[in-house]
Amino acid sequence: MYDGEYSDKVIDHFTNPRNVGEIENPSGVGTVGNAKCGDIMRIFLDIDENGIIRDCKFKTFGCGAAVASSSMATEMVKGKSVQEAMEITNKAVMQALDGLPVVKIHCSLLAEEAIHAALWDYCQKTGTVIEGLKEPKADIND
Amino acid sequence: MEEVYLDNAATSRMKKEALDAMMPYFMDEFANPSSIHAMSRAPRAAVKKAREQIAGCINAEPGEIYFTSGGTESDNWALISGMEMQEKKGKHLIISTIEHHAILETSYYLEKRGFEVTRVKVDKDGIIDMAELEKAIRPDTVLISVMTANNEIGSIQPIAEIGKLAHDKGILFHTDAVQAFGHIPLDVKAMNVDMLSASGHKFGGPKGVGFLYVRKGIRLPPFMHGGEQEEGRRAGTTNVPGVVGMGVAAEISCKDMDAKNRKMTELRDHLIDRVLKEIPYSRLNGHRYKRLPSNADFSFEFIEGESMLMSLGMKKVYISTGSACASGSLDPSHVLLGIGLPHEIAHGSVRISIPEETTLEQIDYAVDCLKQTVETMRSLSPLYDDFIKSQRV
Repeated sequence: MYDGEYSDKVIDHFTNPRNVGEIENPSGVGTVGNAKCGDIMRIFLDIDENGIIRDCKFKTFGCGAAVASSSMATEMVKGKSVQEAMEITNKAVMQALDGLPVVKIHCSLLAEEAIHAALWDYCQKTGTVIEGLKEPKADIND
Repeated sequence: MEEVYLDNAATSRMKKEALDAMMPYFMDEFANPSSIHAMSRAPRAAVKKAREQIAGCINAEPGEIYFTSGGTESDNWALISGMEMQEKKGKHLIISTIEHHAILETSYYLEKRGFEVTRVKVDKDGIIDMAELEKAIRPDTVLISVMTANNEIGSIQPIAEIGKLAHDKGILFHTDAVQAFGHIPLDVKAMNVDMLSASGHKFGGPKGVGFLYVRKGIRLPPFMHGGEQEEGRRAGTTNVPGVVGMGVAAEISCKDMDAKNRKMTELRDHLIDRVLKEIPYSRLNGHRYKRLPSNADFSFEFIEGESMLMSLGMKKVYISTGSACASGSLDPSHVLLGIGLPHEIAHGSVRISIPEETTLEQIDYAVDCLKQTVETMRSLSPLYDDFIKSQRV
């Protein structure tokens, strides 16, 4: 374990991850990463008719930082509009976690990408347009 | 439960007797054993005794033991000087694919310096393929280096057989015995070994000291320059306390080894049996029996090693992992890939290495924690979800 390298926030979100699980019939779902590289994140969104994220759940295969980043990202998008959620960057996720070790920065990037992938799925399903949202790469390691 | 340390292959707690034996050489008998005055006598005698203790553990002569700063230096010295010494005879080195980085990285360095290296693969149990090894031998092969026991999966190599093959072809044979020395019986003569590396802190000695055994008659040139210590082969003021502590730790470790290993093997097998029986989608890495009595290495599908480590760490169970996420590189351990594990399985691997003083209760506690951890991490895993859903269809 990266004792001393992980912040208390990371340890907290790893030990007690928020919003673990799935949403049945989600408004949007996105999966990013690949097992070969050791990280996969899946994020589910429940979005109301006004484009506000009512609920968000995740499942993650990966290291402590990947779990903590997913947990934090789900907390950050809840209650936000889809446009606001789209604008959450990996830097914001990292800041909210009081930082990540350099070799773990890609975990926060994965969280950002997972949100984008879930939002993209929502847009495809509903025909919504979110300004600035691009089709996500399935695998950020490509 | 207090802390359960199961990372003994990373480093071991020092033996009390070893620490006690070192203490006088810091302040009372602090003199340099290479000095000429009377104060140098006691430290000189202590170094001599340590050399005898080490030699006695591996059926060597005291004059064949050269003290170094540890396993890494011993490996670097054996490979680099061993190749340079024979440069005119040949420039080809053979190692296995699952060597420790001290050998592996040194072999890359040698390639940059114009030497040629063949890395022979191992089978699914992590044992070297003798037919492949024999095929790899060329007329210009001058050195073979294969580890005695692997640091991750604990597999024990057929060292005597490899040594015989090397000697039949007139090739020098080195073995990295860092994980083996003090843990399993070693005999340099029976094993046909020309050079052997070991490290003090892996068997209850201090860190920062090790040795290289070099068979009498092999004129291995020095790697460290600047003094006449160690018969002019290894320059640098002798680490007297370190050497003394290592000598005592070696003697204790090698005493009653069979009886100790019977107990260790029982603990290990209990651990392995419970894990494989009680945790689904788990596998043991390395050979079921040809492995260090203290080593168990597992892969758990659908989860990742570092997160397992963190979760276990919170329950005060301390182990290590071959996952890439713990190293900062993208690839999992070369040893796990070397035995043919796919990346995603290798990421979910953990190594458990058991100190001698471990109790059955501690092992049972660790297995209980491991079961909980695997379950928790799987409840988070999208791969496990996908797998369970695919099973229902």
